[in-house]
Amino acid sequence: MAMALKLEPEKCTGCLQCEMACSYENEGVFNPAKSRIKVFSFHEEGKFAPYTCTQCEEAWCMHACPVEAIVVDMATGSKNVLEDVCVGCKVCTIACPFGTVNYEPDSGKVIKCDLCGGDPWCAKACPTGAITYVDEADTTYERMRAWAQQAPSAPARFNPPKPKEVQVFER
Amino acid sequence: MRHVIVGAGPAGVVAAEQLRGHDPEAEITLISGEPEPPYSRMAIPYYLIENIDEAGTYLRKQSGYFDEQRIRVLHDQVTGVDSGSHSVALAQGGSLGFDRLLVATGSRPLDLPVPGGDRPEVHHCWTLEDARAIVRGAQPGAKVVLIGAGFIGCIILESLALRRTELTVVEAGNRMVPRMMDETAGGLIRDWCESRGVRVHVDAKVASIDDGRGNHAAAVRLENGQVLDADVVIAAVGVTPNAEFLQGAGLDMDAGILVDRQLKSSVDGIYAAGDVAQGVDFSTGGQSVHAIQPTAADHARVAASNMVGRHQAYHGSVNMNVLDTLGLISSSFGLWMGKDGGDSITVHDPDRYRYLNLQFEDDRMVGASALGLTEHVGVLRGLIQTRVRLGVWKERLRKDPSRLMEAYLGATRPIGYNAHVL
Amino acid sequence: MAWTGNVLRVNLTNGSIKSEPLNKQWARDYLGQRGLATKYLVEEVDPAVDALSPENKLIMVTGPLTGTMASTGGRYSVVTKSPLTGAVACSNSGGYIGAELKMAGWDMVIFEGRSEKPVYLHIENEDARLLPADEIWGKSVWEADGILHRRHQDPDMRISCVGRAAEAGNLYAAIVNDLHRAAGRSGVGTVMASKHLKAVAVRGSRGVGNIKDPMRFMQATEAGKKVLADNAVTGGGLPQYGTQVLMNVINEMGAMPTRNMREVQFESAHRISGEAMHEPRESDGKPNLTTNAACFACTIACGRISTIDQGHYTVKNKPEYWHASGGLEYEAAWALGSDTGVDDIDALTYGMFLCNEDGIDPISFGATVAAAMELYELGAITKDDTGGLVLTFGSAEALTTCAELTARGEGFGKELGLGSKRLCEKYGHPDLSMTVKGQEFPAYDPRGIQGMGLAYATSNRGACHLRGYTVSSEVLGIPEKTDPLVTEGKPELVKAFQDATAAVDSSGLCVFTTFAWTLDDIAPQIDAACEGEWSSEYLLQVGERIWNLERDFNLRAGLTGKDDTLPKRLRKDAANVGPAQGMVNDVEAMMPRYYAIRGWTEDGRITDETRQRLGL
Repeated sequence: MAMALKLEPEKCTGCLQCEMACSYENEGVFNPAKSRIKVFSFHEEGKFAPYTCTQCEEAWCMHACPVEAIVVDMATGSKNVLEDVCVGCKVCTIACPFGTVNYEPDSGKVIKCDLCGGDPWCAKACPTGAITYVDEADTTYERMRAWAQQAPSAPARFNPPKPKEVQVFER
Repeated sequence: MRHVIVGAGPAGVVAAEQLRGHDPEAEITLISGEPEPPYSRMAIPYYLIENIDEAGTYLRKQSGYFDEQRIRVLHDQVTGVDSGSHSVALAQGGSLGFDRLLVATGSRPLDLPVPGGDRPEVHHCWTLEDARAIVRGAQPGAKVVLIGAGFIGCIILESLALRRTELTVVEAGNRMVPRMMDETAGGLIRDWCESRGVRVHVDAKVASIDDGRGNHAAAVRLENGQVLDADVVIAAVGVTPNAEFLQGAGLDMDAGILVDRQLKSSVDGIYAAGDVAQGVDFSTGGQSVHAIQPTAADHARVAASNMVGRHQAYHGSVNMNVLDTLGLISSSFGLWMGKDGGDSITVHDPDRYRYLNLQFEDDRMVGASALGLTEHVGVLRGLIQTRVRLGVWKERLRKDPSRLMEAYLGATRPIGYNAHVL
Repeated sequence: MAWTGNVLRVNLTNGSIKSEPLNKQWARDYLGQRGLATKYLVEEVDPAVDALSPENKLIMVTGPLTGTMASTGGRYSVVTKSPLTGAVACSNSGGYIGAELKMAGWDMVIFEGRSEKPVYLHIENEDARLLPADEIWGKSVWEADGILHRRHQDPDMRISCVGRAAEAGNLYAAIVNDLHRAAGRSGVGTVMASKHLKAVAVRGSRGVGNIKDPMRFMQATEAGKKVLADNAVTGGGLPQYGTQVLMNVINEMGAMPTRNMREVQFESAHRISGEAMHEPRESDGKPNLTTNAACFACTIACGRISTIDQGHYTVKNKPEYWHASGGLEYEAAWALGSDTGVDDIDALTYGMFLCNEDGIDPISFGATVAAAMELYELGAITKDDTGGLVLTFGSAEALTTCAELTARGEGFGKELGLGSKRLCEKYGHPDLSMTVKGQEFPAYDPRGIQGMGLAYATSNRGACHLRGYTVSSEVLGIPEKTDPLVTEGKPELVKAFQDATAAVDSSGLCVFTTFAWTLDDIAPQIDAACEGEWSSEYLLQVGERIWNLERDFNLRAGLTGKDDTLPKRLRKDAANVGPAQGMVNDVEAMMPRYYAIRGWTEDGRITDETRQRLGL
């Protein structure tokens, strides 16, 4: 059964336990600045949105890597950075249109979510169930992926896109 | 089905893999013009600073990988293409027939067009062979003159400086990376480089490369009369597509091989991908050469699909680059210089070498450039390539342009006002 | 460990910024945050100084668990001498900036002196700079926050800031962080503004590491979170209704101070309660409450985020207030609402927004308005004094106008900014000021909750519910139920709560955890994180040491046992209705026993034996 992270912004309170769990698992330190998952806050709307790599099929990051430092984990489907192969060129950071691959100046490498090898700490740490690790069929990720695939639409002068094309999320 | 791919850079290798994935039975030949296993030029700067060895530049690191994939790697040069008989002629003799041909020969550096430009001290920094020569010459303390501070020049710049050479950069344009950064950002990169001990001359044209003075092998004479001592000269003054061998094959050419949304050239059965291809430009709707790795990979995937008869249309490439100049990280995307009738939002913090310029057409982002931005920087691509209407987020970005991720999420997901607007 | 070991010392007079090592022995004796900073203050500041002089210092301080995965581990405190009370001030806040400061590598920042020109401190990890604040001085907290975020281009930068009220000398000005969290009480913002320090902007990416026993820490914090989740208050009431869960409960038991504490029940409490915040409004069909929100690391998430009806009179033509922001907590709902007799929940929310926007303590503000309303009713204050404003109890317009004026430090708002003690003295009715040591009461009438009377009277920062929250026991039965209407056993209860709370306030954790946690839940978390051994017993001893240290500061500042009392109204005027009808607070009856178990003399001084026992 393919598993995926399910993110439900409406349940998020902005406590950042996920960011601490992630950084602690991956870096051995409580440090949201080094977390692979990030909660974005929308003060004006009173909303919070946890957000991380969708492990998208396109794997823009992986294909953009010039040295094969990003590989698919066959067990989880996650795209993982091989730290000893990564040269820190950052091409993946601009290639990922979701903005979920970050360059980490301290190590000179990039970091991204690897689903903690199938037991994601963010999900375990979330007190409200805003982040869960569930059967992929049950996630909004399918919809995010569908969106990701269709998003780069043809240029307007050839095929004017309808604004709603990108808005496939349910409210 | 016989697939022949000319060129073993990222476009060629990705295409070969995709073809194999699509068609387990196909015969796939990947022709490499260089003796090494397929490698990445993008990795050469890291080889120069001895961060990786030569094997670290290889595109696929597992030994016997291509054999395992049943991708035949042929080390030879293609001297011509016969589009009538569907065959390519090889330098070492003979020819190779194909059902589908992918031209992924990339580009090569331009020679320095001045007297002395062919002196032995003058190197390109393009192939592994070039890199080995530079490693030999550019020892700590050596005087190195780097001619050209474009994107490629600047990538090498960092490596040369980190090799602790005495580095001088000469750029004919009025700023560094003129085709990636505007004057403000280019100026900041220059200030930064100079603060790190690199001498930078802009608006400086090279007149000739002459005999050296004292114990220096060469001297770079500028048009303004200045003379720069040099042990090693590196020319990074632009590239040109490797397409001469296609003469007579009947392919429509402009700045590169003109290809359609299927990455097909004007000749049936012949496709092109990567730096040699002039494909659909997402931002302009026209056709452009975008000599960058992500475009090469995208091209290759779309071309491979179409080569096996799976119709796939390419959405067009977004020009984008990321550069690390001695720790100052810059990036640019799409129409970073703006669009007629559009408007822009800029923040500029010279003390901290931060700069962000966002270009809009109406409430859609069409381009961006940034200095010092490393978190979530890819979202600039997302914002541009989704053509998402930003709605209220445009004004919010005007107030605080750093809230890019929030704008993206707010405009595309049921979080922001825009969720209600759309 | 768990501390960063680094103290940032900023001299505003000469602009020097220095890093120095944390005094490890003091950390062992006082844990962190409230206790540790008080120790620094006591050692470095003469308690007799004028609070608003350059000689006073202002300390922003984190606890050892700040910035960790311990639930609620995101607190920071501001410690200084209060201009409102003349006593020690320690105001605690959540949000995110405490954790950010810790992530930047600092346990505390000590501000000394006074800058000639307005400045703000920008901290990016090791890099700390004083920068000119010309562009933000004179601006509200919200405006300044926007300007600084734009300038520094980092959405994750956290900001603590004072508003126009503090600049204008309001004596209960708060330091607001993350737009709507605040070190709210005792005028810590006033001190900050007096130093011409407008804001502190922090970005930390170093993280918090060096946990003593990481495995045990993760287990202990995990166990703690489970206790919070399983508890009816922290796992149910607080996330759903916030602290406003108390509004109806306290009102029913006749301990809801109403109309400047003349009454003990508010007839419209149900209209401004936590439940009411969930109800769709008739006007626009939307509830006042938008969502609940957590502070850093908090798994309770009691925070209220509210949105005012766009058609409401307060914001009708002001789209700048149409967004969501920090809404009514119980204290604010009480002070702005029942104490002034106003029951318009959106008007109260608007008042709350203004308190956040310009940094004033809604408790002291609301209580001062209530006092002014009573003075107005008596004719002691007239329209001539108020600039035409009609200050009648129950008038929402009067309340919101007062909020606008006070937040911006304009007109009659300047007088309201003096606080109720000075206002009532000025207008000739000092008895109408509902304060202890000059600080206004919070939302529990001590006639109906006897222990709270003693807690208020002896609180080291003036009237305050957070210094010894015996409501837990007397109302909610935590950890065990005591009768709120009797005085027996209350001195012991108050002391136990005061000492335990002092320890919790020094840890980096939120005191609201103590609805579910005892020190036995907290000690294992501290012990797993911090060097040395930290048992519940030791924490209680640390708490007692802190309490006495604060007391010592206050006595040397000139306060005496005579200040440990309540206003006459609460001691003489019996509750008019409810379960406590006919009762006053009998603080005098409790005081001797309290002094005795504290180890103090009959007039409230600390004996030498007690000093010795606690190592003072």
